[in-house]
Amino acid sequence: MTFTVPPELEAELNELVTHYPQKRSASLMFLHAIQEHFGHISPEAVDYIARKLDLKPINVWELVTFYPMFRQHPAGRFQFKVCRTLSCALGGSHKLYHHLCEKFGLDPHQHGLQTTADGRFSVEFVECLASCGTAPVMMCNEEFHQGVSNEKADSIIAQCPSK
Amino acid sequence: MSTATANDPKPAQPPVETLRIKIDGREVEVPKLMPDASGRLQPTTMLQACAVAGIEVPHYCYHPKLPVAGNCRMCLIEFGTPMIGPDRKPVLNEDGTPKIARSVLPYEPTTPRGAIACATPISPGMELYPGSAATRQMRESVLESLLINHPLDCPICDQAGECKLQEYSVEHGQATSRFVETKVHKPKQVDLGPRIMLDDERCVLCTRCIRFTRDIVGDDALGIVNRGSYNTIAAYPGAKFDNNYTLNTVDLCPVGALTSKDFRFQMRVWFMKETRSLCTGCATGCNILIGSREEKVLRYEPRQNDAVNACWMCDTGRLNYKWIGREDRLIEVRSFRSGARSWSGTLHEVAESLKTAAPGSVAIIASARQSNEELYLLKKLATHLGAVTDSIAREGEGDKLLVNEDRNPNSNGARLTGIAFTEMGIQVPKIADGIRAGRIRTLIVFGEDVTRHGIDAELLGKLQTLIVSDILPNETTRRAHYLLPGCAHAEKRGTFVNAKGRLQRFLKAVEPRGDARPEAEFLQELLADLGIAGGTASPTSFEGLFNQMAREIPAFAGLEWSRIGDLGVNVPI
Repeated sequence: MTFTVPPELEAELNELVTHYPQKRSASLMFLHAIQEHFGHISPEAVDYIARKLDLKPINVWELVTFYPMFRQHPAGRFQFKVCRTLSCALGGSHKLYHHLCEKFGLDPHQHGLQTTADGRFSVEFVECLASCGTAPVMMCNEEFHQGVSNEKADSIIAQCPSK
Repeated sequence: MSTATANDPKPAQPPVETLRIKIDGREVEVPKLMPDASGRLQPTTMLQACAVAGIEVPHYCYHPKLPVAGNCRMCLIEFGTPMIGPDRKPVLNEDGTPKIARSVLPYEPTTPRGAIACATPISPGMELYPGSAATRQMRESVLESLLINHPLDCPICDQAGECKLQEYSVEHGQATSRFVETKVHKPKQVDLGPRIMLDDERCVLCTRCIRFTRDIVGDDALGIVNRGSYNTIAAYPGAKFDNNYTLNTVDLCPVGALTSKDFRFQMRVWFMKETRSLCTGCATGCNILIGSREEKVLRYEPRQNDAVNACWMCDTGRLNYKWIGREDRLIEVRSFRSGARSWSGTLHEVAESLKTAAPGSVAIIASARQSNEELYLLKKLATHLGAVTDSIAREGEGDKLLVNEDRNPNSNGARLTGIAFTEMGIQVPKIADGIRAGRIRTLIVFGEDVTRHGIDAELLGKLQTLIVSDILPNETTRRAHYLLPGCAHAEKRGTFVNAKGRLQRFLKAVEPRGDARPEAEFLQELLADLGIAGGTASPTSFEGLFNQMAREIPAFAGLEWSRIGDLGVNVPI
């Protein structure tokens, strides 16, 4: 698969550079934009960003490996982010996480993001999603769900379109 | 750190502004500003102030030649500053001395708060307590933290014996570990580049290697990936850490993380002898330490000389030592005329042959890889014989840091002793013509294979006498009538003059093998046989030879062997 940046994205990136006194400062925003467009950050993307910001690939690679939110591999089409910070942990987020993993046939003891073999679903723990009063909370892609019981989770999964 | 030498010109400097501070109760006056890694004057740091007072503050990430990172925390020290009252006036003790407020945690005023000495500037009246109990406790805690994930397998670690972690553990460590959990395991035997092997578990993440290659070499090749206790030094996946200065990171690494593929596991460092010498790879003349054991050279390491190479040397120069121990070294003195196999017999034959040579029929090609002393003696010989002399230029690509385009270590020495002209090698074609025309009947060659420089084997065949001294066999040595095996620089003493005109000395690390002898020694004997002043049948001390040369060569006027020092002196070129 060749790595090509469409003109609209390139324009967006060029605009991002202008926000900062130094080109390098745009690295994180570049990574967000690239991940949003491509779904993950490939080695080609790292090379591209480094070239664009006059950096060495290792400078970008340090960021990609530091932040767990940057993915080096594609995630599933529906990505479940379960909050595990204190309120949600007390409110049953681990139970919810286990439930999701079992439902998708994933290992609940494994660290980090996991994706089903068919590439449809991904599950991962994240830190606080800022809704402590309605724990446990999770996100499915950009949608926010509060007070998620196992049954509620099942119905959210059922609503995910199969195509 | 000091590089001042006897004859360095001292520029007129304005009086240095100083501050008075106290270090462990002792009043000390230190400069207000001191040079940082790039040489610019910056406010003096606590660490520099302690160094001025002769107190070493332990550290890992700090290095005087690298930008300050302040990440290892080992140099934490307790300190205090003069108290200022609400009226903005100093608060005084009953005896009239300023009251000192020790730095403490704001939310826990009984707990001392240290500052990292490498990055904290001093201020007037400040008190530093590098010897206090609190400072000691901070060091112990930092060291304990660094050792949490560090393998404790010193007996099989290549850094053992020159490891800062070991050294500070002796002073600040604890006999037992309180850590009961499983250590984090990180990649081992990482092939970082063609000359560097990395053990991430031993790394203390001081980032000296990263800063060196980024800020000194300009090859931003290394970084820290992952996070927390999984932090690892790495090159970009698929990329190699491969510039001509990578091996300096091995010297910089305070622990056993970065090791030289060439030297690792070759020798426990405490068995080695270290000899102050010079790199012969180019005209820069980097100061080095030769590590040797049982007459075998095992490694070169840079030796600090701020007037020449700071703390660095290039990889090419550092690995250019294997030829010294090559199996095919010339180790037999030979006269192929008479079959003599002794120095006295062969040298006498050479002398007799030179006595009968007609004036102007002798030419000498010496090498700019030879020492000043040898070239000086050869020039004396040339003057006596009326011989034309020259040397061979050796050019290569230079770089901005250390590598010089001139690949001879002593081109300026060859010029100053009168062996070669400014344009080195200009006489060689004339010598070739002279041999072709039969005018030149005797050729003396030292340390060069002239068949590769315009005097081919056929021309050598036309000579009546070919006298050759060299270290390794080549096409010229194979055609010699008299073969005089010489010494590598590691096997003798001498001086070179580098590209910038710095005269530096090198000392003897190992014994030469077989018949091989220092050239200056047998040249003195040859000169004595020929009745040339300055020659002596049994060589006088080497120091005497140097001092004699210094008296006769204007550029070396006033020099004495004992006054050159380890860092050399500047001579006019």
